[in-house]
Amino acid sequence: MKSTAKNIYTALIFLFLYAPIATLMVLSFNASKTRSKWGGFTFKWYSSLFRNDEILEALGNTLLIAFVSALVATVIGTIACVAMNSMKRRSRTVLMGITNIPMLNAEIVTGISLMLLFISMGLRFGLGTILLSHITFNIPYVILSIMPRMKQLNPSTYEAALDLGASHTTAFFKVVFPDLLPGILSGFLMAFTMSLDDFIITHFTKGAGIDTLSTKIYTEVKKGIKPEMYALSTLIFVTVLILLLLVNMAPAKKFRDVSERRKS
Amino acid sequence: MTSKNKWLSTPYVLWSVMFIIIPLGMIFYYGLTDKTGAFTLDNITAIATAEHAKALWLSLLLSLISTLICFLLAYPLAMILSNMKVNQHSFIILIFILPMWMNFLLRTLAWQTLLEKSGVINSVLNLLHLPNINIINTPYAIILGMVYNFLPFMVLPLYNVLSKIDENVLDASKDLGAGNVYTFVRIILPLSIPGIISGITMVFVPALTTFVISTLLGGSKILLIGNVIEQEFTQASNWHLGSGLSIVLMIFIILNMIASAVFDKDGEGATL
Repeated sequence: MKSTAKNIYTALIFLFLYAPIATLMVLSFNASKTRSKWGGFTFKWYSSLFRNDEILEALGNTLLIAFVSALVATVIGTIACVAMNSMKRRSRTVLMGITNIPMLNAEIVTGISLMLLFISMGLRFGLGTILLSHITFNIPYVILSIMPRMKQLNPSTYEAALDLGASHTTAFFKVVFPDLLPGILSGFLMAFTMSLDDFIITHFTKGAGIDTLSTKIYTEVKKGIKPEMYALSTLIFVTVLILLLLVNMAPAKKFRDVSERRKS
Repeated sequence: MTSKNKWLSTPYVLWSVMFIIIPLGMIFYYGLTDKTGAFTLDNITAIATAEHAKALWLSLLLSLISTLICFLLAYPLAMILSNMKVNQHSFIILIFILPMWMNFLLRTLAWQTLLEKSGVINSVLNLLHLPNINIINTPYAIILGMVYNFLPFMVLPLYNVLSKIDENVLDASKDLGAGNVYTFVRIILPLSIPGIISGITMVFVPALTTFVISTLLGGSKILLIGNVIEQEFTQASNWHLGSGLSIVLMIFIILNMIASAVFDKDGEGATL
């Protein structure tokens, strides 16, 4: 009885979380152009999607920005973690405090603060300013996912590598890096996701003439969303779902096995 | 590790000064000056004008209600999830992050389709001969949108702390004669405080400052403080006023940060 209640409760919450997603998927097959009427089943939005240059361009921008910003953030974040680990306690606390600012601050404040910065620097708004902003808000996610692993590291292994004649660089890449890798990968993935889903900060830092999927959707809100957008987001969602299921089943298990073996 | 590593922090330190500290300084500069560049507090005190005060008050009210609802929904859920098998940890986090891969504007817009007068939910209610709900373009729809968007940010920190509680502690409590309710109040709840604080921060701040959810679900008539600020920057182009109002907004964010620093010293509740 009790567990039935628990299951129903969990199911209701997931219904709440996934109902809009199901709605969007259904709408992507809706022959009627308005979202409030069902006009029969169709695949036509999926085919016209690939002829819609505007949407494809926005998709390209979104993916490019997400990939580049996540990559740069991962590199800077990883180096910062290594550096912070050997810092004095106080300077580390200060730097971690600064790291937390973009995460705790409101996105609208981060967005307008960067906009004011870029204007005063005289930068031309476009891909570059979006990238700088996305890297900025992505770095904290990378650092926060690597730091816990950094703390678990055993410094003796690194010293042992040095004693055995390895250079600092070799010792880092052979000993420290593999232990950090799961954190680095999840940090990258987190950053990529955050960048992909961002609207607010992009809204303030993009300038005219360039659109990501989010900003394109926002401008379409008043005129009505093009059904191709539903088709595209359904495709993205299903692709990610399949990829994540595959990834989650294979290497995640391997990492866990490895870390468990290390512990024992 | 060696002290040589210290220099490795240079790129990140430079980056955070350039793109975190200086931009915040810019907001204070614009917020505390007028168009001629002279010092003024007018942009800050502008919050007291009827229109702005009303927007701030509504934002505070709606975001507090949403935070409370998120907490009440998430706590039981996090308890249920944390009692599940341990090896499902990454899967549980995954199902909460997965929706983010569908654009959040579209997901929020989908609630229009669900909530409309002749929308999906009302059609279902009609079939069941239940009274219809008409909350689209009202503050209730905004609350729903906030709860929907930010619920995962409440569930994950709670799930994180709850799944770390040692079962032996709970067993010990029961062995010593405590009932379920007593164990919950004296053991589980205090141990989960870091998660609660972190969850509240992660829901309250974005809810307080949103302008998107109110635009998408509240029609265009309901103005939250986020809408007012956004308009100052994109339409009215009064950056000084927009910055001044942002400073007011930041006071609430800082209060929230202080609260989380006091209660969550080791950042235990921080997820993601």
